[in-house]
Amino acid sequence: MRHIISLLMENEAGALSRVAGLFSARGYNIESLSVAPTEDPTLSRMTVVTIGSDEVVEQVTKQLNKLIEVVKIIDLNEGNHIERELMLVKVRAIGSDREEIKRLVEIFRGCIIDVTDKSYTIELTGTSSKLDAFLEAVERSAVLETVRTGASGIGRGEWILKV
Amino acid sequence: MSVELTGAEITIRCLQEEGVRCIFGYPGGAVLFIYDELFKQDKVRHILVRHEQAAVHAADGYARSSNNVGVALVTSGPGVTNAVTGIATAYMDSIPMVIISGQVPTSAIGLDAFQEVDTVGITRPCVKHNFLVKDITELAQTIKKAFYIASTGRPGPVLVDIPKDVSQQKTKFAYPDKITMRSYNPVTKGHSRQIKRAAELILSAKRPVIYAGGGVILSDAAPQLTELVQMLNFPCTNTLMGLGGYPATDKQSLGMLGMHGTYEANMAMQYCDVSVAVGARFDDRVIGNPKHFSNENRKIIHIDIDPSSISKRVKVDVPIVGDVLDVLKELIKLLKAEKGKPDQAALKEWWKQIELWRERDCLKYDRESKIIKPQMVIEKLFNITKGDAFITSDVGQHQMWAAQFYKFDKPRRWINSGGLGTMGFGMPAAMGVQLANPKGKVACITGEASIQMCIQELSTCKQYKLPLKIINLNNRYMGMVRQWQEFFHGNRYAESYMNALPDFVKLAESYGHVGMKIERPEDVEGALKEAFKLKDQLVFMDFITDQTENVFPMVPGGKGLSEMILV
Repeated sequence: MRHIISLLMENEAGALSRVAGLFSARGYNIESLSVAPTEDPTLSRMTVVTIGSDEVVEQVTKQLNKLIEVVKIIDLNEGNHIERELMLVKVRAIGSDREEIKRLVEIFRGCIIDVTDKSYTIELTGTSSKLDAFLEAVERSAVLETVRTGASGIGRGEWILKV
Repeated sequence: MSVELTGAEITIRCLQEEGVRCIFGYPGGAVLFIYDELFKQDKVRHILVRHEQAAVHAADGYARSSNNVGVALVTSGPGVTNAVTGIATAYMDSIPMVIISGQVPTSAIGLDAFQEVDTVGITRPCVKHNFLVKDITELAQTIKKAFYIASTGRPGPVLVDIPKDVSQQKTKFAYPDKITMRSYNPVTKGHSRQIKRAAELILSAKRPVIYAGGGVILSDAAPQLTELVQMLNFPCTNTLMGLGGYPATDKQSLGMLGMHGTYEANMAMQYCDVSVAVGARFDDRVIGNPKHFSNENRKIIHIDIDPSSISKRVKVDVPIVGDVLDVLKELIKLLKAEKGKPDQAALKEWWKQIELWRERDCLKYDRESKIIKPQMVIEKLFNITKGDAFITSDVGQHQMWAAQFYKFDKPRRWINSGGLGTMGFGMPAAMGVQLANPKGKVACITGEASIQMCIQELSTCKQYKLPLKIINLNNRYMGMVRQWQEFFHGNRYAESYMNALPDFVKLAESYGHVGMKIERPEDVEGALKEAFKLKDQLVFMDFITDQTENVFPMVPGGKGLSEMILV
């Protein structure tokens, strides 16, 4: 099963490689990993998407918790949460395709942020599966380049991950 | 106003503040300023080894036998890479250590400088934590943190990498009394409701077993474990790392369990209805195939300070995260307060079954042999030292025989590389043990293959007059490799024969030690007695033993605990 794990960790050099190293050393999956400092610059917030059985994910969280620089950790799948990922995608847009793609972007509530006479660059936000769906909707050969940030997650309502 | 000190001075002052009396190391370019400061003081003694691996093993042996944090000091580059085996050894066995390494100057980091390696990167997977100190104002606090992290929670090695320029710069020195870290707050006390559940389960047990590991030794909880086992009249088995946690000569001890554990211990573990795991982790060498283990229905109570050890290989019914010492104290208190007692009739039946298993006499060997049997050497060693020596070992058959035949009644007397299985550990670890226990009898049980992996340390032993007794069980084979080849690889002894061995007697003598070669069973006892009479000298005893002897019982890899090969 897919799990979204959120971590608060000390914003120190090497902290990221400890997390990445742990996953590779213990053979855990990383689907995606995104990290940036928080409003408190001494802390980084990381979102790791991993796939594994409940037992494996329990081990993942326990092992992450053991890392000295990890301050707090939650498995967002344990409650209601929101997940968003940002994607930038450059597509070939010529002739009648231009209108077609524009409509598709509207349907997915994205926006076109760069235009040339041969291409559009589209910005799209949503759950990872929504971004997948968009890519499936566009003709494969039209996709020139994609950049995805990996998922970020946050608990709903009063569910807060804070020090 | 306080005076400013250099990074090197601060490093040494920190060690002094931590009460470190003895460190093990090897100098080199990046640590020259630190060595210069060591030279100018006499509170911290430095032991010069002959290879950095030995420095870390010696610090490790020092820590294991004394419950102090072991400290090693190595230079950058090859100094660190040589130390890695020692660090990984300590990590696998959760030994509190601080390793201080030199690094190239900060301005040279990343430029492929002479003797530069990414120390923090290389050691990351085999330390509890590590630091690269780039700012001298953080040096003292970092060293404080290193000692704190190494010695609390589940202990482990912590490395502090100090660039040469940082050791040269100056700043004001103040050693923090205390350290708090928002990201590191190890639990000590167990959850009281869980302890209560454990007590209830214990009282309901009909076929109980207490299974105790290295956590008991590390948390100094041997007296509490002994009290618990004896007040309940339960059988107790110890892991390789847990030997000495419960007195092995006591009738309630089933000896070691696992791959080379006793028949009675393995059978009891397999067929118990309640297993109380204390500071142990159900690893592959202990329970064999976890699926086979789970075929039997039993309840498991698991006390461990590391939550990630719980339900890792085996599903646990009552997990208790906490320091073994604290939890055992609470558990004993609770059991004393409870009116109930386990079903005595059932317990009697269980003991009867265990006695039947015991009668199998799984550790028997040919005592009439005309060739020296390695088991006999260890039995004699046990008798002559009255079970009171510190025993270190290397890795292989001799290690298993030591664990089976030397009956450890006290904790911190059995020093071996259980997790990583590092050949070459024995002698350097024994040096650390001897330095931590100057009056103690220290013997290193080894084989002719293992001993050669750190043989250069005979020189260190000479320099510091360390009167180790080296028991070399010389069967001219990498015995454990040969045993597996005999059992599982059709007797094809690929590269496991030790050819071109040195004359160990002459080798020992060339370092100024005493060498003995013992070839007949009737000479074993006399030789051991004579060796231990030579109180001030290292004696290298080369026992020429039976080449074909195997370690039994044996649970083959991938098999279940009750599927032992017996002699």
